[in-house]
Amino acid sequence: MSIFGAKQVLWRSFSTVASHPLRVCIVGSGPAGFYTAEKILKTHQGSQVDIIDRLPTPYGLVRSGVAPDHPETKNVINQFSRVAQKERCSFFGNIALGSSVSLMELRELYHIVVLAYGAESDRVLGIPGEDLKGVHSAREFVWWYNGHPDGRNLDPDLKSTDTAVILGQGNVALDVARILLRPTSELATTDIASHALTALEQSSIRKIYLVGRRGPVQAACTAKELREVLGINDLYIHIKEADLKITPADEEEMKNSRIHRRIYELLAKAAAARPSQPSSGQRELHFVFFRQPDRFLESYDKKGYVSRVDLEKTALKGVGSGKQIAIGTGQFENLSCGIVLKSIGYKSVPVDGLPFDDRKGVVPNVKGRVLSDNSGDLTSIENGLYVCGWLKRGPTGIIATNLYCAEETVASVSEDLEQGVLATTASSRKLGRDGLLRILDDRNVRVVPFSAWERIDKEEKRIGSLRNKPREKLSTWEELLKVASE
Amino acid sequence: MLISRLSRLGFWIAKELSRGGIARTRFRYRPCGQYQRSPLESLPETRAFQGAIFQKHHDFSTSASNNASEGGDEQKETISVTFVSKDGEEIPIRVPIGMSMLEAAHQNDIELEGACEGSLACSTCHVIVMDMEYYNKLEDPSDEENDMLDLAFALTETSRLGCQIIARPELDGIRLAIPAATRNFAVDGYVPKPH
Ligand SMILES: Cc1cc2nc3c(=O)[nH]c(=O)nc-3n(C[C@H](O)[C@H](O)[C@H](O)COP(=O)(O)OP(=O)(O)OC[C@H]3O[C@@H](n4cnc5c(N)ncnc54)[C@H](O)[C@@H]3O)c2cc1C
Ligand SMILES: NC(=O)c1ccc[n+]([C@@H]2O[C@H](COP(=O)([O-])OP(=O)(O)OC[C@H]3O[C@@H](n4cnc5c(N)ncnc54)[C@H](OP(=O)(O)O)[C@@H]3O)[C@@H](O)[C@H]2O)c1
Ligand code: FES
Repeated sequence: MSIFGAKQVLWRSFSTVASHPLRVCIVGSGPAGFYTAEKILKTHQGSQVDIIDRLPTPYGLVRSGVAPDHPETKNVINQFSRVAQKERCSFFGNIALGSSVSLMELRELYHIVVLAYGAESDRVLGIPGEDLKGVHSAREFVWWYNGHPDGRNLDPDLKSTDTAVILGQGNVALDVARILLRPTSELATTDIASHALTALEQSSIRKIYLVGRRGPVQAACTAKELREVLGINDLYIHIKEADLKITPADEEEMKNSRIHRRIYELLAKAAAARPSQPSSGQRELHFVFFRQPDRFLESYDKKGYVSRVDLEKTALKGVGSGKQIAIGTGQFENLSCGIVLKSIGYKSVPVDGLPFDDRKGVVPNVKGRVLSDNSGDLTSIENGLYVCGWLKRGPTGIIATNLYCAEETVASVSEDLEQGVLATTASSRKLGRDGLLRILDDRNVRVVPFSAWERIDKEEKRIGSLRNKPREKLSTWEELLKVASE
Repeated sequence: MLISRLSRLGFWIAKELSRGGIARTRFRYRPCGQYQRSPLESLPETRAFQGAIFQKHHDFSTSASNNASEGGDEQKETISVTFVSKDGEEIPIRVPIGMSMLEAAHQNDIELEGACEGSLACSTCHVIVMDMEYYNKLEDPSDEENDMLDLAFALTETSRLGCQIIARPELDGIRLAIPAATRNFAVDGYVPKPH
């Protein structure tokens, strides 16, 4: 038999023989994890897929990132839960890669390991005063209002100030601004965490500065989110007329990007439509363009707390291929405020034994195949190890982006199986799920299977229905694990 | 939303029925619509195929019409729609007037994503209208649809969201391509390591 033939047989035996399945472990149950699972189950009939997550709850940022007032976006959970319920698929929550189980162990236990554990840290500005109290990352703030158990204790002070500064003008920045500015009566019927709703009801924040280092043509948000924030009831919007002036380079950017063109048009329209002054007591949203944060200053009367942000004016500079970056001009101004939310992007964290590109904050990979190092050598592939989602591409993109990203990663898996790249790994018998559960049992890790998540889900919906909310999220580890084990 | 749940349920029932091998009524075509041509006449070469799909569809539409304000056991009018899959396969189906292309695709096991279940919040149901003539027959996309189209992969001049195209008589014969992901997330030129 030719070598090709032997590979074919091996390949086929995976896809058909259930007693010797292709054992796949996916780490992370966000969109990247679930789309990967769906596609592997479909393309590899003989596969058995286990999805693990460090939380007792599945769905990643669809649960803990997507804003509570965007229930339609969360409909994708229905599709993901159908995947989890498939016979050849399992979900195991409360298992953290790196502490409950190591990457090396997973690679021993499974033929294929796909890492899709997202980005659970933050980009930093690296400027003085960044660790003052009252300076939070948007990620923590979002976790807090979305009931993530690790965001429960943030307790942001919304009562001693009327002004918040949000740094960054991406969609997360707009989400955060909207949650702070929207009438709480409108949030009360969403799945927002109850501790956050109470704090927002008592909030004294009236004025928000949304600060971007570039101009209205380069804003990172998308039209739907912008339209929504501009449409908030009884909100005064301020955009400086002068900031809307465009250069030939801006025009070029807009010509090449439908999205930038439409964002600019929305901003220009909003600027033209606004009244010249806010009415008394009206909430205000100020778009501040061409400013980059320089440092945070401590309050005189509240030791350790932020009271001011210094901003440096910027100008745009072309860096080729139509891209323009912000350059400091040496001119400064400042904004007084009691709270700052840094929304300048998320960042992934490495685990032991995983090649990691610290600069980009991603796992070096080619089409989802993990590379052994960052040297750019595309031939040294980590056998059987793949990556998907924000951990693969960096922290950008909508839910749908992860669908295409998963297609690419799964295509790589299939190609490697077909071409016999995985021959040594794949021909060996792997303990898979049984082996994993045994290790976890030895370590007293309490595994939360999908049926236990369904109990949490049911309980959250039950409490929610009493409060006229679609669900009331259980937002502490104790509550989650208690209901899971009932 | 409710409608889309119901339709899913309908589809599920249809699937279960076909699995169980329960004898079903063959679809009976009512030539009543003024715009309507018989599907079986218009595309004789795909007759058997369509018939099979249509049966499934018929199961759905009766279960759905019980919930809609439709009179008695009247059959719904349908139009012919052809989906072109990612691999270029042409899949002709019949779609009742008033139904979205997303729902129609799902009922016929056509792989069109619909992450937000038709609520204009995801862009995964992106389709490309293959003939300008048909594209022009569609109402202009709303601002909200355009907002989502901004984010669609492989956007073209005739792109629309499948959940927003609703079957109307004048769309009979429309062809919709499901775009293949063309975006490359990683470095080009990778050559797998020889082993
Ligand atoms: C605030 C916010 C709002 C957003 N809103 C929208 C929106 O409205 N619409 C839209 O289309 N997109 C939205 N996005 C983008 C979308 O959420 C992301 O594109 C997507 O969630 C990324 O998917 P992922 O699977 O890579 O990561 P994630 O969704 O973050 O999933 C990662 C999973 O891995 C788990 N995990 C982390 N570490 C470990 C570990 N060590 N071991 C085991 N498991 C681990 C996490 O618990 C999590 O469940 C939003 C993003 C953010 C940040
Ligand atoms: N409804 C939705 O669809 C939705 C909601 C939320 C999130 N998301 C998606 O999730 C992804 C992440 O969103 P995000 O808002 O975190 O990221 P993002 O879109 O990348 O925006 C980051 C913002 O931070 C700025 N920034 C970065 N580094 C900075 C620095 N050192 N100093 C000053 N400003 C800096 C960026 O400005 P520059 O442009 O100048 O770099 C940009 O304005 C995005 O793709 C987003 O679309 C989608
Ligand atoms: S299904 Fe989400 S926009 Fe059409």
